[in-house]
Amino acid sequence: MVKRENTRTPVSQQPHIVDKPADTATIGGTISVEINEKKVTVPLGTTILEACRQNQIHIPTLCHHPDLCIAGVCRICVVDVEGMRTLQTACSFPITSPIKIRTSTPMVRKARRHIIDLLLSEHYGECYSCFRNGNCELQSLAKEYGVDSYTFGHVEKPRYEVDNSSASVIRDMSKCILCKRCVRTCIDLQEVGVLEAINRGHETHIGTFLDKPLADVICINCGQCINRCPTAALRANDPSDEIWAAIDDPQKHVVIQTAPSPRAAIGEEFGVEPGHSFTGELNTALKRIGFDKVFDTNFTADLTIIEEGTELLNRLKKAIVEKDESVKLPQFTSCSPGWVKFIEHFYPEYLDYLSTAKSPQQMFGAITKTFYAKEAGVDPADIVTVALMPCAAKKFECNRPEMNDSGFKDVDYGLTTREMAKMIKEAGIHLPEMPKSNFDDPFGEASGAGLIFGATGGVMEAALRTVYELVTGREVPFKNLVIEPCRGFEGIKQASVKLENCVEEYKFLEGVEVKFAVAHGTANAKKVMEMLRKGELVGYHFVEIMACPGGCLGGGGQPIPTSADIRKKRAEAIYAEEESLPIRKSHENPHVHYIYEKFLTEGPCSKLSHKLLHTHYTKRGKFIS
Amino acid sequence: MLVLEKNALSEEIEQLVAKYGSDRSALIQILQAIQRKHKFISDFAQQEVARLLSIHPVEVYSVITFYSFLCSEPKGRNIVRLCKTISCDMAGKDAVEAAVKRELGISFGETTKDKRITLEYTNCLGMCDQGPAMLVNERVYTHLDPEKAVNILNEIK
Repeated sequence: MVKRENTRTPVSQQPHIVDKPADTATIGGTISVEINEKKVTVPLGTTILEACRQNQIHIPTLCHHPDLCIAGVCRICVVDVEGMRTLQTACSFPITSPIKIRTSTPMVRKARRHIIDLLLSEHYGECYSCFRNGNCELQSLAKEYGVDSYTFGHVEKPRYEVDNSSASVIRDMSKCILCKRCVRTCIDLQEVGVLEAINRGHETHIGTFLDKPLADVICINCGQCINRCPTAALRANDPSDEIWAAIDDPQKHVVIQTAPSPRAAIGEEFGVEPGHSFTGELNTALKRIGFDKVFDTNFTADLTIIEEGTELLNRLKKAIVEKDESVKLPQFTSCSPGWVKFIEHFYPEYLDYLSTAKSPQQMFGAITKTFYAKEAGVDPADIVTVALMPCAAKKFECNRPEMNDSGFKDVDYGLTTREMAKMIKEAGIHLPEMPKSNFDDPFGEASGAGLIFGATGGVMEAALRTVYELVTGREVPFKNLVIEPCRGFEGIKQASVKLENCVEEYKFLEGVEVKFAVAHGTANAKKVMEMLRKGELVGYHFVEIMACPGGCLGGGGQPIPTSADIRKKRAEAIYAEEESLPIRKSHENPHVHYIYEKFLTEGPCSKLSHKLLHTHYTKRGKFIS
Repeated sequence: MLVLEKNALSEEIEQLVAKYGSDRSALIQILQAIQRKHKFISDFAQQEVARLLSIHPVEVYSVITFYSFLCSEPKGRNIVRLCKTISCDMAGKDAVEAAVKRELGISFGETTKDKRITLEYTNCLGMCDQGPAMLVNERVYTHLDPEKAVNILNEIK
């Protein structure tokens, strides 16, 4: 058995991975089993579930998730293994001998039906009024197994109070079926550790430390648990009613900004295969819904690159020219609100390493209620800014008390991809049928560099394109501007670019090898922070961290389900769209130039831009009082 | 909690971790040691244990709620657990139960005002042939009758 890297999961719960010989023809490398009287050959150590899926035999699962370790707690995947006294769970049974498996005997069918009946007997679900109606794994299992009555009864009243203390995640434990996917997500995938099973036997429920409300414990609001919940026990805090009210109010000027990742995923909510972008269609749909202006968050992503890039160059200058030893390097990105809250809680002593630049969402809000309000002649008090984000943590971010630099709440509502899809459906629009249209001016045009913010490594790639060109006057030395080392889904990526023949202003960087690292998922962020603590990041200059696996495109507000495969397709859609754009570098965006000419006249990282586009952080610590 | 108390508790837990190791498998031994000494595991202690074993506080809490002999809320100085399982029930548990409740003036799940005794039920103690049985802290009493049970309670300090 191979121990999975960096996991504290008990051995019993780890995936059964048996060393696979390089040559499968070697004796012992593969094994022949019989599934439903069909002979199949699989590598040694393959689970029954995997073997069945490879041979197009469907086995229902509930607690199993491709991103998580094996749990074997729901028992829905039971199969009959000849010679075994009891039924065996397919998800946690590694094949190590030539066994005979039957997946549809009367006993198996009856056991599965009973398991579903037992789950339903404790599941307070009123399907009509449930946001997962039509996308609930328990519901579809009940349909699959023809549940037409509650054999073991049904709960008539909710057993737990809904916990809506958090700005981002709402927990309704009456709908929980104790599959522990959220527990495994939070502890293993994200290493935040908010949720665990509390009590025992029929009193078991998933709870927080001392059963405190979610807002009082250390939750980074990433929402990954929502993406993996099979039922509606976890959901995002939905502001769509308030947004409808604002749209219907003729006094209000409702402005929406859309982030890159939702466009690449929202089609999934309308039954389209993952991997299709609906940028133009989404613009039309949003205008038809009644948003007064539809803007592109990528514009402020470009702005973020300029601000963050300038901040990095300033730090480098201080460190190299002025030999200032108090300068903190590497500089960490601050676009991901989940990551920001993670570092505030777990590594507050390293907050100075974090770039002070706000995330694109918050920059947009601040610019909208100042610069745009003046240009368009609208009273900023009447402007309602909505942000379409792939993210649950953005809801928390826009509610941070320091985010009101425009004199108003910079961003009024954060809306997830799922909630947007629901609003579009409510308006009677089928998104894929929409004609395409462009974003509204003045923030309509954005570069491809802003677009790739959606994928892990994107911020780094965008920043390198700009910083390299600013410093050397040439394009980054990568074919077609594709910086390969930034792409892909490896947990932590490290690479470097050498700066040569610098322009006069940046001569001090001559010959410097810019070393950078990219990490996604807070479990990997933790590894990077431990590297920093041990001094292994000395000599590094820039580190990008995204809280969610895969970056924003795997965010907690994205369509359910999620898997490595789906995230890969979303990334491909983003990268494909990026290559078709005319402008692919942030500093070449004409609107960015325009705003520095007209509004932020003193340039990046100046006094006004510090007021509007930069922020400060809170040392939160991880003690729960 | 006073800073001094916190420091003392931290130091105590550090010693326990030094004794039992900082692997997550040492968790139960450490929790039992804290429970034995303090009669409960405070939220501060839970977070200290989590910090020193580098696990999450909620995992410690989860373990404490799973085991009936660990608790996160302060209880009385002594815990009296009466077996509620069928053999003891048939051997006359009800009479013992009534006598105990009358003597202490509290019902099961409660603590006396002077914090002397907390009354609880327990599942089978394995004393089915000698019922009714009762556990006082870590000592088992068997063949109880109302008079004997009350005498035992009165001897507890």
